[in-house]
Amino acid sequence: MALNYTKKTIDNFLKPKNIGSIKKPDGYAQIGNMVCGDQLDFFLKVEKGKIKDVKFLSFGCASNIATASILTEKVKGLTIAKAKEYNWQKIVDELGGLPHQKIHCSVMAVQGLKKAIADYEERENKVKPQLKKVKKKITKKKS
Amino acid sequence: MKVYLDNAATTRLDPRVFAKMKPYLTTKYSNASSIHSPGQEAYLDLVKAKKIVAKYLNGEPDNVIFTSGATESNNFIIKGVARANRTEKKNKIIVSSIEHPCVRESANELAREGFKVEFIPANSDGLITPEVLRKLIDSETILVSVMTVNNEIGTIQDIAALAKIAHNHGAYFHTDAVQAVPYLILDVKKMGLDFLSLSAHKFYGPKGVGVAYINRAIKIKPLIAGGGQEDGYRSGTYNVPGIMGLAYALELAYQEQKTYLKKVKSLRDYFWTKVKKEIPGIKLNGSLTNRVPANLNIMFGSIEGEAILIDLSQQGIYVSTGSACSATNLKASYVLRAIGLDKHYLNSNIRFSLGRFNTQAEIDYTIKCLKTTVKRLRNFSPIR
Repeated sequence: MALNYTKKTIDNFLKPKNIGSIKKPDGYAQIGNMVCGDQLDFFLKVEKGKIKDVKFLSFGCASNIATASILTEKVKGLTIAKAKEYNWQKIVDELGGLPHQKIHCSVMAVQGLKKAIADYEERENKVKPQLKKVKKKITKKKS
Repeated sequence: MKVYLDNAATTRLDPRVFAKMKPYLTTKYSNASSIHSPGQEAYLDLVKAKKIVAKYLNGEPDNVIFTSGATESNNFIIKGVARANRTEKKNKIIVSSIEHPCVRESANELAREGFKVEFIPANSDGLITPEVLRKLIDSETILVSVMTVNNEIGTIQDIAALAKIAHNHGAYFHTDAVQAVPYLILDVKKMGLDFLSLSAHKFYGPKGVGVAYINRAIKIKPLIAGGGQEDGYRSGTYNVPGIMGLAYALELAYQEQKTYLKKVKSLRDYFWTKVKKEIPGIKLNGSLTNRVPANLNIMFGSIEGEAILIDLSQQGIYVSTGSACSATNLKASYVLRAIGLDKHYLNSNIRFSLGRFNTQAEIDYTIKCLKTTVKRLRNFSPIR
């Protein structure tokens, strides 16, 4: 199998950015690939509609780790709306290309991030109409 | 430091073998089918090579057919024997569930042609037990094929016992012995083999040359038609340099077997004892006792095999993995699936295969790097 990772992919694999988890995240999602068995967990901290912090955990191959690394780096600081627009093609371009059979890693990373954003939005929608006090309660309960 | 621990994939050509091959590429280059004198000299050398191979297999020189490698040998034998011996009453072949893809795919091709094909399940140690074969075999069976040594987990099968069962039911027996040289003595008579496959590059010989050992009394349909070389069993110009290399590599492998085995086994045992102590939460895939001394297939848990492989590769350590991410079809190793590994464990394995040129310093370096790699990757794994 041809498996030539670009230097940038290898760099992002060897020194991934934004690894770890966030305690009491505003958004969280776990995504797995049923076929290859890889898994990514995304944690979001959102402030004033912008992604203040984003972290990930990975059970996956070098490109799984590298794509999540580059994605989290690129969406950090973006508004939720902008972050949602970030697609897998941008990850592939950013890394200078991915081996054909590894494209799905970038797709999965984007799906995982979107799922975490959806989780954030769902929490927001539940919270918004309520009073601040209630918000505190819910957050406490969830964590 | 560069550490090559992928000797089950291929080995480095032994310089002595290379020296043996050279004249057949440069000066003694004649076609062994030509009837002028240098051509006939090449043919005589080829006959000598057959004698050497036959000697180490305890077989007949005439039964040694040279091929392009074990993939061709396995295709030739499995498809050739099945197709040539098919009758209304005999229409079935049996292969083990942990065979190399070239055997599995040959069997699948036969299934598409209407043959009944059975895959023998392996137990959790990676072994094919006689009991299971007995359940599957019947008088319809033409051929049974079970590999001598598994390429991924290095497990050794009781080939003689399995061959006996095949013969008791009137079936022929083939073994893919590619991973067995020089770890086991291959004696076609004692083991009761009708067919056997070998590949030179697995034992410090050249790539692109192999052996199909056949029993000429059994019908077999050639795979390659052409000029009628190898008495029509396998057409195509004789690969004389490759053949001379194969025979010499085989000879060296068995002449030096004792020292080789001792070295590889002591290195492997040193590796496993030390790595087990230094890295927690690891497990060996497959039986440790019924296993060739060159192989260690380790399950790391909670981290992915391809990531481990690429990380080690960046540090100059070359290994292989059966994880889904490393496969073009994104499917985890069927061997590890066959021995019943859990979902998360399936993608978390590394095969270390040792060889003649490895040293203890290399093993120490590998363990040192492996510790860092495993720690780093486990640190951000979501699986605890």
